[in-house]
Amino acid sequence: MKQIHLAAHFPGVNNTTVWSDPQAGSHIEFSSFAHLARTAERAKFDFFFLAEGLRLREHAGRIYDLDVVGRPDTFTVLAGLAAVTERLGLTGTINSTFNEPYEVARQFASLDHLSEGRAGWNVVTSWDAFTGENFRRGGYLPEDQRYQRAKLFLDTAFELFDSWRTDDIVADKSSGVFLRDPRAGSFERHDAQFDIAGRFTVPRSPQGRPVILQAGDSDEGREFAAATADAIFTRHGTLDAGRKFYADVKRRLAAYGREPHQLLVLPAATFVLGDTDAEAEELASVVRYQQVSGQTAIRFLEQVWNRDLSGYDPEGPLPDVEPVVGGDAVAKGRAQTRMYRDPVATVRQWRELAAAKNLSIRDLVVEVSGRQTFVGAPATVAEAINTYVQEDASDGFILVPHVTPGGLDPFADKVVPLLQERGVFRSEYDGTTLRDHLGIDR
Amino acid sequence: MVHLAVALEGAGWHPAAWREPDARPDELFRPRYWGDLVTEAERGLLDFVTIEDSLGAPRDGRTDRVDGRLDAVLVASRVAPLTRHLGFLPTAVATHTEPFHLSKAIATLDFVSSGRAGVRVRIASSPEDARHFGRREFPVPLPDLAEEAGDWVEVVRRLWDSWEDDAEIRDVATGRFVDRDKLHHIDFTGRFFSVAGPSITPRPPQGQPPVAVLSHIGEIHRLAARAADLVFVTPHDREQARSLSAELRGLRPDLLVFGDVVVFLDETEQAARDRKARLDDLDGAGYTSDALVFTGTPAQLAGQLLAWRDAGLAGFRLRPAALPHDLTAITRGLVPELQQRGAFRREYEATTLRGLLGLSRPANRYAGASR
Repeated sequence: MKQIHLAAHFPGVNNTTVWSDPQAGSHIEFSSFAHLARTAERAKFDFFFLAEGLRLREHAGRIYDLDVVGRPDTFTVLAGLAAVTERLGLTGTINSTFNEPYEVARQFASLDHLSEGRAGWNVVTSWDAFTGENFRRGGYLPEDQRYQRAKLFLDTAFELFDSWRTDDIVADKSSGVFLRDPRAGSFERHDAQFDIAGRFTVPRSPQGRPVILQAGDSDEGREFAAATADAIFTRHGTLDAGRKFYADVKRRLAAYGREPHQLLVLPAATFVLGDTDAEAEELASVVRYQQVSGQTAIRFLEQVWNRDLSGYDPEGPLPDVEPVVGGDAVAKGRAQTRMYRDPVATVRQWRELAAAKNLSIRDLVVEVSGRQTFVGAPATVAEAINTYVQEDASDGFILVPHVTPGGLDPFADKVVPLLQERGVFRSEYDGTTLRDHLGIDR
Repeated sequence: MVHLAVALEGAGWHPAAWREPDARPDELFRPRYWGDLVTEAERGLLDFVTIEDSLGAPRDGRTDRVDGRLDAVLVASRVAPLTRHLGFLPTAVATHTEPFHLSKAIATLDFVSSGRAGVRVRIASSPEDARHFGRREFPVPLPDLAEEAGDWVEVVRRLWDSWEDDAEIRDVATGRFVDRDKLHHIDFTGRFFSVAGPSITPRPPQGQPPVAVLSHIGEIHRLAARAADLVFVTPHDREQARSLSAELRGLRPDLLVFGDVVVFLDETEQAARDRKARLDDLDGAGYTSDALVFTGTPAQLAGQLLAWRDAGLAGFRLRPAALPHDLTAITRGLVPELQQRGAFRREYEATTLRGLLGLSRPANRYAGASR
């Protein structure tokens, strides 16, 4: 039987997090991050995962205020977590657009040393000028170059990681030889995006290079992952959709001389547990409507309609006006605005769906904005997760609790032991590095 | 009372320090090494440690000196949870980096350490470092680099203030997580870059983590006066200590001026001198530094530091010549000497770095701006 891989996502700035829950704690104090990481490590998860944001989201020219706002710096909080965990992988999202490879490679190699081999990098390819306004170079990257830059960025980072050999540091007090080769760390890179040379400061790290994760569902994104990533994370709601995606990305590996086990498919998923399936279903509905308030629903539609819909009743029917095509998007700095590239077609589909199921605005948003959720008693959830993995719809899941920071605790206490009993999830860590946990080569 | 800090660098500041019997040169890139150093510093009730960094490695062809280093901000964050009172000032290079990234990194270090973060800002003037980034023609005249670093700190500071302290309201009744009138674009536009803001990280616990600069010349003195809370200077005698602190406090009266000293500390003055001579011999050169190189006993050093304090310095950043030897001599030799003379704390009196330095928590420059 396939072994399941599990990761814990500290929920970020989107409406997954139910901040109004009485059990919701701080989303920014270090103790919250430590709590979730310790729970994940107690449950023997593969890794902890952090998303990234580089500009606060705006809606109609003002900062979006309905969801959690604000988050820490990825590298810094992961380095802190290395102090309060021993085995858990520590992965974070760092984009290849608003950074330079020399600096990012230094940070990841440092994190890998400081965690003794537990670092992972989720490479993303933001490109928009709105985010660019926070950076020296501004919004300079044409969208069609974003994967080129990402690929060359990663190639360059690999060259830097590889610029030191494992045995370059001798540190022999008696002979006085510290460094085997004075050229250790030397690099040179001249390509369409980067023109750099010199010496890298960080000696070879325990994993050689961090584990590479990649998110992205486009054809280009899948190809990029097949070429370079160790794991791809995605969102595919159904078993069938998951199996299609899984087969597609694993098939692409051969072209790069890679085996199917060298790229893990790890969809993001939420979960709602109850003592019984019925209780969990009821609770899941409550959670969904907490995640999608009436105001949240209206603003969600405004992103697609690209116009003010504040006069509409969220409990009433969908707006009878047509979306505005082109011009400045109402919503800035959020990925969803790029998920609906054809607003006219999206609106048409949503109207059909709302008519067929008799949905209000809020009902519709609950329906279309959800992500994969496992709902049920612990045994039901364990069974469902195992089915996805054994039937090749995934290699595991990146779990996103909807309450910070204690939301993973019930999963750790109730679901993980059932997976362990079935022999599909580890009871102890075998290795010490993230590569060990994921079963991928160094 | 004096303030006391230690500058952590590799195996110590002497290039041959890694060959000392108690040195751990094979552990310089491991977290345990740094954890041991900072817990020792906290045992000595020190105000803070700095952690050296640079964006380049030497290309001198030598194989007998420590080579390689880790990112200082990450080292600080990795070891901060092992301590409760000690402050951390990692080095950040302003020249090629993004103030947006470093602002949230230092703010996050302040969250990780519950209010004990600061940053020592450095300029990278070498063409070698610039080639690692490949975007700019170098050399760039120092006044321009200093102006850019000043802008960099200005942006970092504005981003720290871009959230008011009470911006997070979690108002269930209205469904609003933040009061967006308490989040502010910083809209900085300068010669070298422009940044919109606000930060993605809320205002850090200290409001403004302390910013430090090491300065030897007028241009950097002016940068320190414009941008820093703390300045490290390198007097070689009491007269220089007096003139430097007078000059800097003339530029800005509330600037904290610390004297840097490299220290070889042993039971006898002769033993310290012998140790330096032995290390110089191993390295093949007599060690010199921008700062005074002190060889002697903890008691002798205590006397000298107090004389320099009387000349106007607020505190000292000691650079241990060899680690852990000279750090332990500071925490277990120098500190008791200063305590006996009534010149150093016997227990921590504050839980934040600003508190230890006697700095109050600053008001937010944007508070009330939009109301």
